Amino acid sequence: MSGAALRLSDVACVRGGRMLFRGVSMALEAGGGALLSGPNGIGKSSLLRLCAGLLPTFAGQVTRTGGVALADERLALDMDLPLHRALAFWARLDGAGPDALAGALAAMDLSALADIPVRMLSTGQRKRAMLARVIAGGAPIWLLDEPGNGLDSASLTLLGEAVERHLAGGGIVVAASHQPLPVAAPVTLALADYPPFEPNDAEAAA
Amino acid sequence: MKLLWLLVGRDLAQGWRSAGLWLPVAFLLLVASLYPFAVGPDAALLGRTGGGMLWIAALLASLLPVDRLIAPDRDAGILDQIALRGVGEEMVVIARLVAHWLSFGPPLMLATLPAAALLKLDGGTIAKLETGLLAGTPALAALGLLVATLTAGLRSSGALAGLLALPLAVPLLIFGAGTLGDGSGAAIKFLAAASLLLVAITPFAGAAAIRAGRE
Repeated sequence: MSGAALRLSDVACVRGGRMLFRGVSMALEAGGGALLSGPNGIGKSSLLRLCAGLLPTFAGQVTRTGGVALADERLALDMDLPLHRALAFWARLDGAGPDALAGALAAMDLSALADIPVRMLSTGQRKRAMLARVIAGGAPIWLLDEPGNGLDSASLTLLGEAVERHLAGGGIVVAASHQPLPVAAPVTLALADYPPFEPNDAEAAA
Repeated sequence: MKLLWLLVGRDLAQGWRSAGLWLPVAFLLLVASLYPFAVGPDAALLGRTGGGMLWIAALLASLLPVDRLIAPDRDAGILDQIALRGVGEEMVVIARLVAHWLSFGPPLMLATLPAAALLKLDGGTIAKLETGLLAGTPALAALGLLVATLTAGLRSSGALAGLLALPLAVPLLIFGAGTLGDGSGAAIKFLAAASLLLVAITPFAGAAAIRAGRE
């Protein structure tokens, strides 16, 4: 897992003809964590999708070394399957063994729910299932979008521990959240600091 | 290769669970049992027109599963998750094409046998019909999948898919129905050529559509 890196240089993002942010730069090495903060709609999820390579940048560059795991608002698990079989599809695609999957289920306290169909899970349990998918995949770069949403305090602790273990193992975590997370992140990026245009520009234009 | 079978396996299992397998078969059998009521139980008339009717039924049946081919996986984030793992969209579309044909072509060809009996088709016509379906169903599957990738994420995509696919399917219908009457074998060759063309284009066009639809 060593050697993972995620670099953003002067990245700008345009969605639906509207610029969300520009000039975002960030360099994360193995063991580096970053917390994206900011109000709703500021572009946290978009920045994560940029990091994942699912969105093209409008300007600037994103370079990744190592695989990426993304947990966004969509579960991406087959609803009719028992939880462990739905997760096993991704584990097989990731080349992760059954041990990694069992470990991930245990880390998110889901072992007792392994045989329950995904559609029967509650909001918090689904969020934990998504995090288990990220853990089991073994990718060095984790991109977590609002990972704490819907989690109770016990699960938040589990999330914090999982992130800590991942960082200690040389992984990279970028988490976006509008609320405080029990995650020790050395870098905090407030997207409100990267407005699409400088206030001075607006005054000059006016 | 292992990756391809993993994706095909999942797509087949999904198709099996969502009952998409039985929909085209039930549709074809329903049309074949309704047709004699509409035109009357004249065996000669049924035998002459039944083959063409089954081709129309097969064409329309291929549109039934279109709205569950791509859109649910796109909305659930599964296509994005596959892309994150460095798997090209082309591979996703190829896997889905294989799985879609397997769960659509052979069942439809099997259902054609009882349907042909209902329409009093003779043995020669049944053989020509089955050969034509073998050559033509890959094209129908590819066309359905292509339209599914193009319309995924749009509202009322099912209706739009029908409007998009039917004009493109006209050559398939002409050559498919042509195989029944013609002795020269030209129609089946054109049908097979159309199949090859659509199967070759679909992975690239479908992948481009999935990428363009990502937001």
